[in-house]
Amino acid sequence: MTINHYIFLSVALFCIGIIGVLTRRNMIIIFMCIELMLNATNLLLVAFSKMHYLAASVTDAATTAGTDGQLFVFFIMVVAAAEVSVGLAIIVMMYRNTHSIDVNFLNRLKH
Amino acid sequence: MSKLVYLVPLFPLIGFLINGLGRKNLTKSLTGIIGSGVVLISFIISVVLFFEVKAGHSEVVTYFDFITAGSLKIPFAFQVDQLSSIFLLIITGVGFLIHVYSTAYMHEESSAHYARYFSYLNLFVFSMLLLVLGANYLIMFIGWEGVGLCSYLLIGDFGFLLALFWMIQQFGTLSFSDVFSKAGGMKMNDVALVGITMLLFVGATGKSAQIPLYTWLPDAMAGPTPVSALIHAATMVTAGIYMIARSNLLYTLAPTTQGVVAVIGLATAILAATIALKQNDIKKVLAYSTVSQLGYMFLGLGVGAYTGAVFHVMTHAFFKALLFLGAGSVIHAMHHEQDIRKMGGLAKRLPTPHWTFLVGCIAIAGIPPLSGFFSKDEILAAAFSANTVYWVVGVLGAVLTAFYMFRLYATTFLGKFRGSHEQAHHLHESPAAMTWPLVILAILAAISGFVGVPAALGGHHELEHFLSPIFAGSVKLSHEQHALSHATEYMLMGVSVGAAIIAILYAVSRFSKKPDLEEAQGFGKVLQNKWYVDELYDIVFVRPLRTLSGFLNSIVEKSGIDGMVNGVGRLVNYGGRQLRLLQSGQVGAYILMMVVAALVLFIIQLFVQ
Repeated sequence: MTINHYIFLSVALFCIGIIGVLTRRNMIIIFMCIELMLNATNLLLVAFSKMHYLAASVTDAATTAGTDGQLFVFFIMVVAAAEVSVGLAIIVMMYRNTHSIDVNFLNRLKH
Repeated sequence: MSKLVYLVPLFPLIGFLINGLGRKNLTKSLTGIIGSGVVLISFIISVVLFFEVKAGHSEVVTYFDFITAGSLKIPFAFQVDQLSSIFLLIITGVGFLIHVYSTAYMHEESSAHYARYFSYLNLFVFSMLLLVLGANYLIMFIGWEGVGLCSYLLIGDFGFLLALFWMIQQFGTLSFSDVFSKAGGMKMNDVALVGITMLLFVGATGKSAQIPLYTWLPDAMAGPTPVSALIHAATMVTAGIYMIARSNLLYTLAPTTQGVVAVIGLATAILAATIALKQNDIKKVLAYSTVSQLGYMFLGLGVGAYTGAVFHVMTHAFFKALLFLGAGSVIHAMHHEQDIRKMGGLAKRLPTPHWTFLVGCIAIAGIPPLSGFFSKDEILAAAFSANTVYWVVGVLGAVLTAFYMFRLYATTFLGKFRGSHEQAHHLHESPAAMTWPLVILAILAAISGFVGVPAALGGHHELEHFLSPIFAGSVKLSHEQHALSHATEYMLMGVSVGAAIIAILYAVSRFSKKPDLEEAQGFGKVLQNKWYVDELYDIVFVRPLRTLSGFLNSIVEKSGIDGMVNGVGRLVNYGGRQLRLLQSGQVGAYILMMVVAALVLFIIQLFVQ
C-alpha cells in the first residue's frame, strides 16, 4: 500500500464528516461527524509518520524520524475526548431544556 | 557692582511674591512698606548703576544660556548702558513715588485687595525692568509681554514676534550688539531691514498707543488712577519708544520705515489732541494727551531725533505722572467724581494738588523754563530740519495741547464749585503720602528740562552727551545732519512758545468764568465722540467679525462639524444593524460560513504561492 491510498481514505472520511456536519440536524450525528473529521486527520498523521520513518531508517537504523506525527495523534485524541465529554454534557442539557436535539431549535442566541 | 544688576528686577519680583502669596495674612501697613520698599531698593541700586555708567562702565552681564538650539544661542543677559540706566531711573523713581501715593489712595480697600493691588504693581515694575534691561530682543519680549499681562494684552505684539523670527532668520541672533553689527554691513533700505523695522513698529504702535491701535489706552483708564499714572502714562506706553530707540541703528538704515514712523506719530499727535479738546472726563483728557505726547515721541524717532524722543519720555514721565496723580487727588477728594463739569473752583480747597497740577500743565504746554519746553522743542527743531510740514503740524498740536490742558485746568480748579453740597462738605486736602509724591514730581517736572538745554540757549545738552554712545552709529550714518543756525532755533522756539501762551490765555479766560457745560454741537460733537473712530472700528472690524462668528456658529458648526460627528455615529449604528442580520442563530449557517471561509483561505494560499 502506498501513501496515496491513505491520503484518499482520509480525504474521503474528512469530506463525509464535513457534509454530515453541514447537512444533518441531529446533534449526535453532527458530533459523530466531527469525530470522523478528527480521526481522518489522525489517520493522515500516522500514515505520514510511518512514511517518514521508513524513508529515514534506510540509512540510519536507530532513527526517530516521524515520532512527532504520532505524538500529535495522541494530543488530538486527548483533546477529542475532552471535547466529547463537554459536548455530550451540552447535548444532555439541551435535551432537558428543549426535549429535542435538533440544532435548529438552538437559535435563541441571536436575540 | 554692575554684577549685581539682577537685584534691580529681583526686588520687585520678591515684593510681588510676598504680597501676592501673603495677601490674606499681611496687614495693610506692612503690605505698603513691602510694596514701596522693594521699589525703593531698586531705585537706589539704579542710582548707583547710573553713576557707574556715567563713569564709563557700561557692559553686558550674561547669566546663563536661556535657549540653545543649533547655531542659535540666546543668553539670559542684562545690558547696563546709558539708555537702559536712564529708563531704570525713570521706572523705579516714578514707580516708587506712585507706590507711595497708592498707599494712601487705595487705603479704603480691604487688606486682601490692597495686597493684591500692590503685588500687581510690583509685578508690573518687574516686567518693565526686564524689558529695559534685556540684552537681546527675546528678554525684551518677555518683559514686553509681562507688562502686557499686567494691563492689556495687545494685538500689536504679534508684529514684534514676527520681527523676532525674521531677525533669527536674517541675522541668526537676537543680541542687540550682534544684530546691530551685522545690520551695519547691509545697504540702506534693505528689504529685510525695512520689514523687520516695520514689524517692530507694529508692535510699538500697539504698546505705545499709536494710530491705528490707540483706542485701548483711553479705555484702560477704568483702573485706579495711580495705575493709570504708572502703567498708561509714565512707563509701559514708553516701551515702544524704548524699543525703537534701542534699535535706532536699524531704523536709521531703513529711512522708509522712519518716514512711516514720523507720519504716524504726527498724525496720532494731532488726532489725539483734537479729541482731547472736547472730553469732559478728567482722566480721558489726560489719556488722550498721553496718546498725543507719545505721537510726538514717535515723530522724534521718525526724524532721527532719538535723544529728543528719550528726553521727552523722561520729562513726560514726570509731568504726566504728576498730572495723573493730581487728577487722582481731585477724584479722591470729590468721592470718585471724574466729570470736570461738576468740579470747578477747587484751587482754594485743594492747594497742593492745584499748584502741582498747574506746574504739570505749564510743563506739558511747553512754556520755558519747565521741562516740557526743552524736550518738545528739541523734537520740533529736528522735525523742522527734516520737513517743514512736520514742524507746522507739530506746532499746531502743541498749541492744541496747551489749549486743552488749560481748559482742563480752568474748568477744574477755577471758577465756582459746581458739585453737590455733600461733596463740598467733604472736600479735603489729601494725606501726606499723596501730597509728597506730587510735590517731588512737580519739582522734577519743573527742573528736569535742564539736563537737555540746547546749545542755542547757552547749554551743553548733557543728556545728548550722555546718550551719545547709544546713538553714535545712527549719527554717523545720517550725514545730512545740517545743524540749524541759532537764529532759526530762536525763531522756532518763539513761534511755538508764543502760540502756546496765546492758547493758554484764551483757554483760561474763556473757561474759568464760563465752562462749556452744554453738550457739544456740530464739529465739537464729532470731537467729543472721538471722531467716531470707535464706531468706525466697530463697523469695520467688530461687526464683520461678529457676523462671521455667528455664521460659523450657526451654519458651519451646526451642519458642518455637528453633521460630521453625528454622521459618523449614525453610520456605525446603521452598519451594526445591517451586520446583525448575519447572526441568524442557525448553527448550520455558522458552520457553513466557517467552511466556506476556510476554503477561501486555502484557495488564496494556493494562488499566492
